[in-house]
Amino acid sequence: MALGAIVLGGALGYAAVRFRVEGDPLVEKIDAILPQTQCGQCGYPGCKPYAQAIAKGEAEINQCPPGGEEGIHKLADLLGREFKPLSAEHGIEKPKAVALIDEQTCIGCTLCIQACPVDAIVGAAKQMHTVIAGQCTGCELCLPPCPVNCISMEPIAESVESWKWKYPVFKLTPSRKEAA
Amino acid sequence: MSALRKLFRFHGGVKPDYHKHASTRQPIAGTPIPAELVIPLHQSIGGPPRPLVQAGERVLKGQRIGDADGNVSSAVHASTSGTVTAVEMRRMPHTSGLSALCVVIKPDGRDEWIARQSFDFRNASPTETRDYLRDAGVVGLGGAVFPSHLKLNAGKQGRLDTLVLNGAECEPFITCDDVLMRERGEAILKGAAIMREMLAAGRVLIGIEDNKPEAIAAMMAAARAAGDDAIQVVAVPTRYPAGGAKQLIRVLTGIEVPHGERSTDYGVQCFNVGTAYATHDAIALGQPLISRIVTVAGNVGQARNYEVLFGTPMRDLIAPCAPLPDSDRVIMGGPMMGFRMPGDDVPVVKATNCVLVGSDALFPPPPPEMSCIRCGECAKVCPSDLQPFEMYWFARARLFGKAQEYHLFDCIECGCCAYVCPSRIPLVDYYRFAKSEIWAREVEKEAADQARDRYEFRLLREEREKQEKAAKLAAKTAAGREKAAAALAEAEKPARTPEEEAKHALIAAALERAKAQKERAHPENTSNLSPEQQAEIAAIEARRAEIREQAKPHLRADD
Ligand code: SF4
Ligand code: SF4
Ligand code: SF4
Repeated sequence: MALGAIVLGGALGYAAVRFRVEGDPLVEKIDAILPQTQCGQCGYPGCKPYAQAIAKGEAEINQCPPGGEEGIHKLADLLGREFKPLSAEHGIEKPKAVALIDEQTCIGCTLCIQACPVDAIVGAAKQMHTVIAGQCTGCELCLPPCPVNCISMEPIAESVESWKWKYPVFKLTPSRKEAA
Repeated sequence: MSALRKLFRFHGGVKPDYHKHASTRQPIAGTPIPAELVIPLHQSIGGPPRPLVQAGERVLKGQRIGDADGNVSSAVHASTSGTVTAVEMRRMPHTSGLSALCVVIKPDGRDEWIARQSFDFRNASPTETRDYLRDAGVVGLGGAVFPSHLKLNAGKQGRLDTLVLNGAECEPFITCDDVLMRERGEAILKGAAIMREMLAAGRVLIGIEDNKPEAIAAMMAAARAAGDDAIQVVAVPTRYPAGGAKQLIRVLTGIEVPHGERSTDYGVQCFNVGTAYATHDAIALGQPLISRIVTVAGNVGQARNYEVLFGTPMRDLIAPCAPLPDSDRVIMGGPMMGFRMPGDDVPVVKATNCVLVGSDALFPPPPPEMSCIRCGECAKVCPSDLQPFEMYWFARARLFGKAQEYHLFDCIECGCCAYVCPSRIPLVDYYRFAKSEIWAREVEKEAADQARDRYEFRLLREEREKQEKAAKLAAKTAAGREKAAAALAEAEKPARTPEEEAKHALIAAALERAKAQKERAHPENTSNLSPEQQAEIAAIEARRAEIREQAKPHLRADD
């Protein structure tokens, strides 16, 4: 199966090279780095507004918890600013999760639908609602409006497809102890 | 037919010990049907197939149990008859040890086939034939498990010069293609003939490493019997990795397929001999891919090749081969490119060309890695003509973009570089790490792009809804204004013609009558009211007016 990954890898080509957005305005470049969770934890109503604030120099680069350390490093590289650890007042970096509606409890009030920034929840008034997991960014914005608290965040489990080879580390094993 | 032909050389390569003799002493053996078959749904490159069966259902041998998910996918089938006991998550033959959806079958021992029927591909369109092969689950059996129907496409020109059959089998220990060619050459050639027709290929070159004289002889005899001059069996020099597709194409045809391009653009397509065999099974016999030849070798007393039903636990194969007591690991594939299995309970799948039993004695643990001295040995042996030490450097530093600039994705993970590295750096581990990180990023990036689009669409939609509302409101007030304006215009209009006058009088009379009627029908409950009631009504009316007044600015703001 690994070989297949290589085959597809060929098709993938120069992903990282391609991703470098050349010649675009600064806001676009910053927005391309932001994770597009649209959660508002940075203090702005979405990723683009935060990108605009960074570009104008009104916001620090360490306010986006979903982007995490890696995102801050990328922003620091792009803007030639100093790396700063994630600002605690804006939140902490969490493993990616998706919202799950408990279908037994849901009363079909549509409040979560209105809260979802990416239209990832389907349902109609008085009908049970469901989250389309593949489109959920894990922003958690649907949690507070739910009057019956039936939405929970489920961490995304690792699968054979999403599993990653680990960074090769070789533990230094001490020479074998003599039998005691 | 074999001919003395000019062969070419691919760059680099190594000559490891082959260890192939032990498993070729005996012919292919069957394996008993195991007590339980665990058939993973996702056995090929592409989308994971959707399950077609449920627990409790009876299935026949060859019955489709997983349907291809789109065109870049491949179906899976029950490898014997029996009852489905579960469709559930089971541990996969994958280094991660993670589970995936599998169909678990309890065999009934009858091994009862579905109705088998050959497929008349000559009277079918190429698309129909490809769909048929996709639904028969035919994938590349060299280890890559790429869906074959996607490769049976003649490309832009609609025809190819050369169909290459890969019987090189260069990796140590593995002999499944060797014995298949020795014993079933005729069927391989029939499969190749089908592929050749589909690709409209001019000639078929079968490349076999010259350390397999029996296989070469058997294939030559089969080619003679077939009596087709366009089929040539070619012995290629034994040098690892001669069995890499690009490397074999290079050796046989001299064509160097550039980085990131397809061999079909150069008139060549390459299939493993096992894949040709499976194609023949599917088209001529109507048998989907449900088994394959698997080499069991390594730290065992009796290495051998078996024809194994998919879903058979690896331990069922290892047991009859008398594994030595110090065995402590199972590798799927060979020592150079294989993957360590999480245990011996995992099932044999389409990608399993070899089950290699290992021990510390046979494969000593790698000595500690030292720093790269930039000696360039790795670059000398790299068959893909890469600069392994540069890629290593960038992968190690997690500079993935840089690693890609050095064509990381052209690395076939053959392991030649790590094999010769004097600093014993596990180079391939770094490449695998870097590739999977880049992949994960690609997936994340795609998800983020989608989220951005969906978010922007939502903003747009909200904006549009707001405007529509405002427009409706404006239209309402505008309608009022228009009416007033119309009435004004009416009053100022010049005198009408007598006909109009008559009409107008009629209308006016009708209106008058309606008005009178309305007045007569006036609700009685507001007449004859007491002064208190009158006062109450007046108060309510006043409140209403007040509210209307208050609401006005909002309406205007919305406008
Ligand atoms: S904190 Fe949330 S809204 Fe702000 S940039 Fe990060 S993901 Fe986007
Ligand atoms: S062979 Fe090893 S030490 Fe030599 S350049 Fe390559 S990685 Fe470095
Ligand atoms: S593993 Fe990759 S880099 Fe190393 S020799 Fe093989 S193709 Fe070249």
